Amino acid sequence: MTSIPLSAYLVLALVLFCIGLYGALTKKNTVIVLISIELMLNAVNINLVAFSRLGPSPSITGQIFSLFTIAVAAAEAAVGLAVLMSLYNRKKTVNIDEMNSLKH
Amino acid sequence: MLDKGDEDAMMEIAWIIPLFPLLSFLLLLAAGRVLKEKSAYIGILLTLCSFLFSVLVLWGRIRGDTYKAEADWLNIGEAHIKAGFEVNQLNALMLVIVSLVSFLVHLYSKGYMQREDRLPVFYAYLGLFTFAMLGLVISPNLLQLYIFWELVGLGSFLLIGFYFYKEEAKAAAKKAFIMTRIGDVGLFIGMILLFWKTGSFDFQVIFQEVEGGGITQSMITLTAILIFIGAMGKSGQFPLHTWLPDAMEGPTPVSALIHAATMVAAGVYLVAAMYPLFLASTSAMLIVASIGGLTAIFAASIGLVQRDIKRILAYSTVSQLGYMMLALGTGGYTAGVFHLMTHAFFKALLFLAAGSVIHAVHTQDVEEMGGLWKKLRITGPVFLIGTLAISGVPLFSGFFSKDEILSSAWENGNYVLFGLAVIAAFFTAFYMFRLFFLVFSGRLKKQGVLVHESPRSMTFPMIILAVLAVISGYINTPWFGTFLGSWLTEGNPYLEPEHRSGPVWIMGAATLVSLAGIALAYLIYRRNSISREWLGGEGSFLHTVLYNKYYVDEFYQGTIVWLTGFVSIFLSYIDRFIVEGLVNGIAASIHKLGRLLSRFQTGQTQHYGAIAFLGLAVLVIIFALTGGMFG
Repeated sequence: MTSIPLSAYLVLALVLFCIGLYGALTKKNTVIVLISIELMLNAVNINLVAFSRLGPSPSITGQIFSLFTIAVAAAEAAVGLAVLMSLYNRKKTVNIDEMNSLKH
Repeated sequence: MLDKGDEDAMMEIAWIIPLFPLLSFLLLLAAGRVLKEKSAYIGILLTLCSFLFSVLVLWGRIRGDTYKAEADWLNIGEAHIKAGFEVNQLNALMLVIVSLVSFLVHLYSKGYMQREDRLPVFYAYLGLFTFAMLGLVISPNLLQLYIFWELVGLGSFLLIGFYFYKEEAKAAAKKAFIMTRIGDVGLFIGMILLFWKTGSFDFQVIFQEVEGGGITQSMITLTAILIFIGAMGKSGQFPLHTWLPDAMEGPTPVSALIHAATMVAAGVYLVAAMYPLFLASTSAMLIVASIGGLTAIFAASIGLVQRDIKRILAYSTVSQLGYMMLALGTGGYTAGVFHLMTHAFFKALLFLAAGSVIHAVHTQDVEEMGGLWKKLRITGPVFLIGTLAISGVPLFSGFFSKDEILSSAWENGNYVLFGLAVIAAFFTAFYMFRLFFLVFSGRLKKQGVLVHESPRSMTFPMIILAVLAVISGYINTPWFGTFLGSWLTEGNPYLEPEHRSGPVWIMGAATLVSLAGIALAYLIYRRNSISREWLGGEGSFLHTVLYNKYYVDEFYQGTIVWLTGFVSIFLSYIDRFIVEGLVNGIAASIHKLGRLLSRFQTGQTQHYGAIAFLGLAVLVIIFALTGGMFG
């Protein structure tokens, strides 16, 4: 039962984070970018839970913290999608390249 | 008989004298638009108050002793700079001269300027000037004097440029300001040098240091010459005289007040007030005397051929100021101050009378005038009195003061300067009577003018001045006692009491020379028995040179003005291309750099994210390679 080592969880989290990062930085569709950000957050959650169970000083704090992260991520997804909706209403596009009105 | 306390009380209130004209200035500035022509009354009334108080102060000084009051103004380290006022003989006399002439000119202007729309402004400026001039003569130290010195310059500038819509008036005002400023720089440097050496601006302290040997001889000479340069600028001495004739662009009452009686005499007053400093240096005295003598003859010779009535009087003023400087430079303190006083009266009279003539015929060209004697029944005789006084005809005031000056030049042993002064006296008599005959005898050459005598407000001041031009000489005569001379020098440790009675023949010679000048003018311009072309008619070399004032203005134009213009253009190019280029270059390159950097702000969130991640990656790599903490 405890045969899965800590490094396996960490590698999984790393892979998930990298996929998320890649998606967030390269995808043109804003919905995909938001999903990628969720992936990165979940990679962090895996880290938190893994360390809370198998880390050098196991404690329940990590799991509680991951619950918080999930709640914040849900809120973030809701707000992000709402912003995206209004942006879409305005610009008739979800292409992130065209959302560049903050440039010089 | 008054007791001592009363006399001091009289002089204690001397500070109030300059404040009346200042009040007039401020009132007219604030309410001039409402008062309109009534502003004349305010000016006249307040200067009359000044005059009455000045008479009281003079009376107090005659009865009493020198009064001085001052308080600390600035304390800078060890130096205590004071402000206050002083009433000594010279100051008290100047107070009365300035306030009297100013009052009469205020009165006269009411008639002369009656059709002027900007009358309140005119009276306000007159008030400002009178305030400054009265403040100047009661200053007990050089710094305070310098402040008022600049203020009278400002008053003069404003009044010369009163008709600012005339190009000539504008140019003349600027010229007067700049030329006197050249002199002021000299005064300023001299003042600073004296402060550096003595640690005080106070006249008395400076004189004590000079006498006590606290200053080296060369420093005394240097400071005396620098202060004299200031006096030269204000008093129109050669070579800084060119502004004074041009200043005649101002209204005629102004010419009488500022450019004949008071401000131009400020230079003479300054030399007189700093007299112990000058006495301590023979070379400075010689320079004062030489410049004075040169100016006297130089300006008188120009006056011989001018056509503008006011310009003739202006050159005459320059020449008479030269006389005063000559007197001071040859040790004739009393002679200089005496002539300053008599000149103030008769020259103010001449200017006011000239104003009355201009008022009547509306031209300033003497060749267009003539035959006015019968038409101007008051102006004519008072003008004649002024002319007789300035020409040095016996029994008139100018005779006594001019005789004093000639005696002092003779006693000094400087026979060249004495000769110059005698020739200048001849010239003076000649050009003044040339003016008189051209204006008042013969017949009027200008057609179509209705000649009328001036209103009473103009003739009254002229009559007062005419009386003074006759009697003011009698306070210092070799016949009835030298009251002025002994009073001026009394109690002054630096001046020995003068009982000058030069050779009797000087008086006779002076009279002869004046009469000869008058006779020549009579023969040429009245009887026409000597042709005007006798020594050189119009177009001849001599006439051209004199008429063009020895080309001094042209010389300045061709040298100093040209050089200054050249240097300014050169410097403006340096400014435009090098200094401005540098500044603009730096600004432009910063701007370009900014534009370049702003390219990185694409607005693409993903780019920002990528760069942030890259930065984090670099940090992590460094962290890993260095194995823990940085460094």
